[in-house]
Amino acid sequence: MILTKAQYDEIAQCLVSVPPTRQSLRKLKQRFPSQSQATLLSIFSQEYQKHIKRTHAKHHTSEAIESYYQRYLHGVGKNGAAPVLLELANEVDYAPSLMARIILERFLQEHEETPPSKSVINSLLRDPSQIPDGVLANQVYQCTVNDCCYGPLVDCIKHAIGHEHEILLRDLLLEKNLSFLDEDQLRAKGYDKTPDFILQVPVAVEGHIIHWIESKASFGDECSHHAYLHDQFWSYWNRFGPGLVIYWYGFIQELDCNRERGILLKACFPTDIVTLGHGAAAP
Amino acid sequence: MAAVLESLLREEVSVAAAVRWIARGAQSSEGDAGEAAALSSLRPLRKEFVPFLLNFLREQSSRVVPQGPPTPAKTPGSSAALPGRPGGPPRGGRGARSQLFPPTEPLSAAAEAPAARRGGRRRGPGQARERGGRGPGSLEEGVGGESPLWAGSRRPRAAGSPSRARSDPPNLSNLEEFPPVGSVPPGSAGRTKPSRRINPTPVSEERSLSKPKTCFTSPPINCVPGPQPSVLDSSPWGQGLTAGCRSLQEEREMLRKERSKQLQQSPAPACPTPESGSSLPTRTGNLTAEPADPAKVSSRQRLELVALVYSSCIAENLVPNLFLELFFVLQLLTARRMVAAKSSDLEPSPGVLGSPESPLFQSVHDCVFFAVQVLEHQFQVLSCLDKGTLKLLAENERLLCFSPALQGRLRAAYEGSVAKVSLAMPPAVQAVSFQPETDNRANFSSDRAFHTFKKQRDVFYEVLREWEDRHEEPGWDFEKGLGSRIRAMMGQLSAACSHSHFVRLFQKQLLQMCQSPGGAGGTILGEAPDVLSVLGADKLGRLRRLQERLAAPQSSGGPCPPPSFPGCQAFFRDFILSAGSFQFNQHLMDSLSLKIRELNGFVLPQPEASEEDGEADVDWQGERRQFAVVLLSLRLLAKFLGFVAFLPYRGPEPPPTRELQDSILALRSQVPPVLDVRALLQQGLRAHRAVLTVPWLVEFLSLADHIVPMLDYYRSIFSLLLHLHRSLVLSKDSDGEMCFLNKLLLLAVLGWLFQIPTVPEDLFFVEEGQVDVFEMDTETSEHGLDGVPVVDQHLLYTCCPYIGELRKLLAVWVSGSSGRSGGFVRKITPTTTTSLGAPPLRTTQGLQAQLAQAFFHNQPPSLRRTVEFVAERIGSNCVKHIKATLVADLVHQAESLLQEQLVTQRQEGGDPGQLLEILCSQLCPHGAQALTQGREFCQKKSPGAVRALLPEETPAAVLSSAENIAVGLAIEKACTWLSANITALIRREVKAAVSRVLRAQGPEPAARGCRRGCSRAFADQIPVLGPPAQHQLERGQARRLLHTLLSLWKDDFQVPVPLQLLLSPRNVGLLADTRPREWDLLLFLLRELVEKGLMGRKEIEACLDSLREAQWPEDFAEELATLFNLFLAEPQVPEPQLRACELVQPNRGTVLAQS
Repeated sequence: MILTKAQYDEIAQCLVSVPPTRQSLRKLKQRFPSQSQATLLSIFSQEYQKHIKRTHAKHHTSEAIESYYQRYLHGVGKNGAAPVLLELANEVDYAPSLMARIILERFLQEHEETPPSKSVINSLLRDPSQIPDGVLANQVYQCTVNDCCYGPLVDCIKHAIGHEHEILLRDLLLEKNLSFLDEDQLRAKGYDKTPDFILQVPVAVEGHIIHWIESKASFGDECSHHAYLHDQFWSYWNRFGPGLVIYWYGFIQELDCNRERGILLKACFPTDIVTLGHGAAAP
Repeated sequence: MAAVLESLLREEVSVAAAVRWIARGAQSSEGDAGEAAALSSLRPLRKEFVPFLLNFLREQSSRVVPQGPPTPAKTPGSSAALPGRPGGPPRGGRGARSQLFPPTEPLSAAAEAPAARRGGRRRGPGQARERGGRGPGSLEEGVGGESPLWAGSRRPRAAGSPSRARSDPPNLSNLEEFPPVGSVPPGSAGRTKPSRRINPTPVSEERSLSKPKTCFTSPPINCVPGPQPSVLDSSPWGQGLTAGCRSLQEEREMLRKERSKQLQQSPAPACPTPESGSSLPTRTGNLTAEPADPAKVSSRQRLELVALVYSSCIAENLVPNLFLELFFVLQLLTARRMVAAKSSDLEPSPGVLGSPESPLFQSVHDCVFFAVQVLEHQFQVLSCLDKGTLKLLAENERLLCFSPALQGRLRAAYEGSVAKVSLAMPPAVQAVSFQPETDNRANFSSDRAFHTFKKQRDVFYEVLREWEDRHEEPGWDFEKGLGSRIRAMMGQLSAACSHSHFVRLFQKQLLQMCQSPGGAGGTILGEAPDVLSVLGADKLGRLRRLQERLAAPQSSGGPCPPPSFPGCQAFFRDFILSAGSFQFNQHLMDSLSLKIRELNGFVLPQPEASEEDGEADVDWQGERRQFAVVLLSLRLLAKFLGFVAFLPYRGPEPPPTRELQDSILALRSQVPPVLDVRALLQQGLRAHRAVLTVPWLVEFLSLADHIVPMLDYYRSIFSLLLHLHRSLVLSKDSDGEMCFLNKLLLLAVLGWLFQIPTVPEDLFFVEEGQVDVFEMDTETSEHGLDGVPVVDQHLLYTCCPYIGELRKLLAVWVSGSSGRSGGFVRKITPTTTTSLGAPPLRTTQGLQAQLAQAFFHNQPPSLRRTVEFVAERIGSNCVKHIKATLVADLVHQAESLLQEQLVTQRQEGGDPGQLLEILCSQLCPHGAQALTQGREFCQKKSPGAVRALLPEETPAAVLSSAENIAVGLAIEKACTWLSANITALIRREVKAAVSRVLRAQGPEPAARGCRRGCSRAFADQIPVLGPPAQHQLERGQARRLLHTLLSLWKDDFQVPVPLQLLLSPRNVGLLADTRPREWDLLLFLLRELVEKGLMGRKEIEACLDSLREAQWPEDFAEELATLFNLFLAEPQVPEPQLRACELVQPNRGTVLAQS
C-alpha cells in the first residue's frame, strides 16, 4: 500500500483519462490488481477532487450558472422524473452534488427574498425533502446519491471511516497496553492542538521515539500530506515532540522523509515497538 | 625595561627578585639590598616590563617561519620601547630601556635588504590583498561562517562563496581588526586608534614581488590567515617619532594605497588573487622544517635566563593570556626554519653575554631550545591538557631531543591521563513541550491572545526548521529568507502577556538547543555509549578524529578567537536582529537576567558528613555533571544577555574624539546596568564561587561595546577581574585554595577576555594601585565551590575550545613532517557510509536511554526532579545499606577467622600484614554480592518512594514508568560506585578489624593502660630527639610540657608508670648533648615527681646514686654532682605514704564513674 512516487504517478495518469464513475473504478482495479480497492478509491477520490478544484471556477461564473439553470429548467420542463441534473453534471464534467448546489442556490435566489445562507443550503442538501420544490428535491437527491466523491453522503461515509480507524487504533493501543490521552481528554486539559492520541509514555517505533499518533483514513499523497504537515503534524511536533502518522490507505513512499526530524509515516499499526523498560513488543 | 634584562644578564639581579619586583613592586624587604637598589631606580618602568618582554620575544622571533599563524599579542603599543629600530641611537628617556638588545639587525641590513626582514608579523601585500579583497560582506563572517554582527547593523552575507569564507576564517589573531574593517570605508586614514600591533615591520613596494617564503605561513589545514597588518591603524605616537617609526608611517600609507588599488581592481571579493595563489605552496606545508640540534644552540645562558624570566612572568600571571603564550612557545618549538638574515647575523657570537646586540634567536636551534626551556617550567599546565595534545607533545622529536626528561614526564602524563575530550554529539533539535499549566487558555487574557500565540509557536518552529535546512546553503540569507516572516509574527504579539509567553518559549528553546557549542548540553557530558557500542572503541577513535578534522576548520579561530555564535546560537542571534523588536528585547533581557540570577545561586549539594571518606563520591559524578550543565547554561544566557543589552550601543570602533567619548560616557554612566553583575561578582568572590560566576560574567562582558570598559561601574568589574587573575597562581596549592582546573578555567576565560577587541589594550597592565582590593571572606571558604574540583578537562575544553589550538598546531607539525615521524595524525578513511549527521545509533541500550529522556519531555518538570531525587537518595542509601549489612557481616567473618588464625599460630605471632592479605583474599570475592544486593535494594525501595512523592492522580502508566526509571538510575548510581569501590571498602574495614583484634590481644600493658586520647594530647609536641637538635623547645614550652606529662602520669594512668626509667643513665645521658644544659628543668622535674607523689625521695636518690657510677664527660659529671647536691639539700617534705602506682587504684574508680 506504500507506493513509490512512480507507481503513484502511473495511477494518477490513468485516472486523468477516465470519467469519475464506478465503472471507471472497476477498470482501475483491473488495471492495478495488486493495489487494494480502498487505496485505489482513495487515490481516485483525491485525484477527482484535484480535478474539480482546478475546474471549480469555470462552473461558477454567472454565465455558466445561468446557462446550467436554464438547461435544468428546460430539462425538467420536458420530464421532471428524468435525471436531468445528474446528466447535466456528467455532461459538463462537474461533480453532481456540486452541480445540485449551484442549481439549488440559484433556485432559492429566485424564490426567496434574502439570499440563502450556507447552512440552510447544506441542510437542504443533506435532506432534500425540505426543498420546497418537489421536482428539484428529487433531482438533488439523484445527484447526491450518485456522487461518489462529494456531497453529504460521501462526507458522512468519510467521517465514519475516519472514526472507525480511530477506534481501531484505540483498540490496538489498548491491546498493546500503551496508555494514552485521546483528543477529547486533551481538549479538556486546554491543549491548543490535539493529535488523535498522545502516548503517556513514549515508545520507539522502528528506532524512532514517538510521543503521539495521528490516524488518517486516506491515502497520503503529496497534496494532502503537505497540507496536513503544515496544519497538524508540525504543530504536534512543536508541542509534543516526534510522532507517528498512520495513513491507513497507504502513502507515497518518498513522503516519509521526515523520520529523523520527528514525523514517522506508516500504513498500518507498527509492529516494531520498543517500550520503556522492555525490549521489542511481540508483534 | 631593557635595563632590567640587562642587569639580569649581568647577574646583578636574580630572576626571583626581578619577578617579585615586576609582580609586586617589592621593596628591599624581600630581596637583598643590592638587588633592590638596582631595581628601584627603574621603578617608573616597572609596569612596562611585561609588555616589553612579550613584544621583545615576538619581535625576536619575527624571522622564524612558524607553524600556524603569528601569535597575537595585545599589549599596549610599546613600539617606543622596542629595541632600537633602524633609527640609530636611542633617544631620550626611552633610550635607556631599549638598549639591551639593540637593533636586532645592523642598520645596514635593514636599509639594504628590507625584504629580508619582512617576514615579520606583518603579512605581505599578497595576503593583505587577499584579505582586503574579502570585502565588507564577508569580513564579519565570524569563525565558522558565523556572522557575529558585531557592529549591530546587518550586512549582506557572503557576497561570494561562503565555503571560501569558511575555509578562510577571517582571522584568528587579529582581534583588533574584527569587526571594524568591514564597516570602515577603505582608506579612511588618520584614525587615532592606538595600534595594538607591537612591532610594525618595514614594508616596501618591493614586497609585492618578493618571495612568499618570507611570510608567516598559515597552517596547512585550515589556512588561517595571520594577523592582518592593521593598515588603517596609525600609531598615536605616529608623528615626531624616530625615523624608523616615520618610515613605518610611509609604509602604511603605501599599503593603504595598495589596498585601495586592489579594491578597485578586484571588486569581486572572493576571487583569490594570483599572488595569494603563488603563496599556496608554503601554506600547504611544502616548506620542510630544518632539523634542530641542541648542540648548535648559540647562547644557552642567555636563552635560559630569558626563558626563566618569561616563565616566571607566566607563572605569576603577569601575562594577559596564559594559553596565548603557550601557543607562541609551541610555535617556536615547531618553527620550520629561520629566514636568512645577513650572513653576519648568523655568525654565532661566542662571548654570549658580551654581545647582547646579537639577536636572541639566531637559529631554529635557539627557538627550540628556548621553547623547551619554557615548556619545562610549564609542565603542570601541560599535564592538564587533553590526551591528544599530550601525545603529540610526547611524540615531538624536537622535544625529545632537547629534553628527554620533559619528554618522559609528558609521556607519563599522557599514559596517566584518563580524561579525554569526548565526542560531541550533534544536537537534536527538540521543541519546548506544551505544558497545560503554563500554556493553556487560562494563562492568556483572551481567546485571541491564546490563538495568536498558538500560531506564533508554529511560525517560530517553522522558521527554525527552515533555518536548519537552509542556513548552510550558499547564498542563503537569514534576513532575506526569514526576516519578514519573523517581523510579521512579532507584530502580532501585542499584549505584554504574549511577549512573556514568547520569550519563555524562546529562552527555553535556546537552552535546549545550544547549551554547549557542539551538543545538547547535559547529554554530551555523559559518555556516548551508542556510538561506542556500535562502532567499537577502535572505530570510535577514528570517528572522533575524523569528526575533529571535519570540524576543525570551523571550530575556532586561533588561540584567541573573537566572540562568536557557533552552531544554533547563530539562529537565535539572527532572530533577535531580524525581529528588531524593542518589546521583545526588553522582555528577553528581563527573563535572561532572572534566569541568570537563579542559576548563579546554584548550590552544590553538600556531601554528607559521613564518618568515613569515600562515601561522598557516590554523589560525585552527578554533581560535577550538574555543575557543568549550570555553568554552560549560565554562559549561554549571559552571552545573549550581553548581546541584547549592548546591542543598541555596539559600533564598529571607539568614538573618534575625546570630546565625543566624554559626552557618550556622561550619557552612559547614568544608565543603570541591565543586571547588577558587579554585585554578583563581588558576592561570588566573597563566597568563593568565582568558578561559577566569572565564566559567565566573561561571556557577558565579551559582548560589551567599546565604551563599556570606560564606565566606572564596569571599570571596577575589570579591576576585580584583574586582581582575581593575578591571584590565581597555579603553582600555589594551599588549603582552601581553588582547585587547579578551576583556576585554569578562570585563567583561560579571563585571558581570552583580555584579548577581546573592545577591551582596552592597556587595561591589563594598569598599576596595581588602581585595583580595588577585595577581601576574601575566609570564613565561608569551606563551603564555596572554588575549593571543590567541579571543573574537569571536558568542561575546560567545552568552555575554551581555543585551547585545542595547541593540539592543532602540533598536529600540523606532525603532518608537515610526516616522513620523519610516526605519523600520529594519519589519513583517516571513513569506515562506514553512514553520515556523521545521522542520529544516534539505535542499540537497545541507547534506545532505552532515549526513551527515558523522551518520557520526561511531555511531563511536568516536577516529575523529573522527583525521579532524580529518589534515584539519588536511594542510590546513596543503598551504599550505606551494603556497608551496614554485607560489609559488616564480612568484617564479623574476618574477626572470627582471625581468632582462629591466632589460635593456630599463637606462638608464631604472625605478621599482621600477611594476615590481612589472607583474610582479604578470602573475603573480597564476596564483594560481588554487593551488586546483586544493591540491585535488589534499589528495586525494592525506589518504587515506593516515587509513589509517595508523585501526585495521587498520576496515571498508572506514567507512575510505573517513573518508578522504573528511578530504579534504573538508583541501580546505576549505586552499582557504579560499588563496583569501583567495594573491594577497597572491604579491605579497609577488614584492616581496621584486624588491627582492632590484634590490639585487643596485644601484650603491652602500658599501651593498654593508657587511656584513649592521651597519645593525641601531646605526642606531637614532644620534640624529636636526635642528632640535629633543631627542635629545642623554648623554656616555657618545656615546662608546660613537663606539667602535662606529670599530670598525665598522676591522674590518667591506671597502671604503674616505670618512672625510674627517666633517670636511667641512657636518658640522662641525652642531657649531655644539649647546650646549654637544662639542669633547672631536670631539677624541676625531680621536685615535681616527689611533690606529686609519683616517686619517693629515696627512690630518686637511689637512681641518682646509680647515675654516679656511669661514665660521663668530665664537665657533665661535675654538673650532675652539683645537681644532686642541690636536690639533696632541699628541705625534706613529708614522705608520701604510697607510691604513685598504688595511688592510682582509687583514681581508677573515679575515672570510670566520670566516664
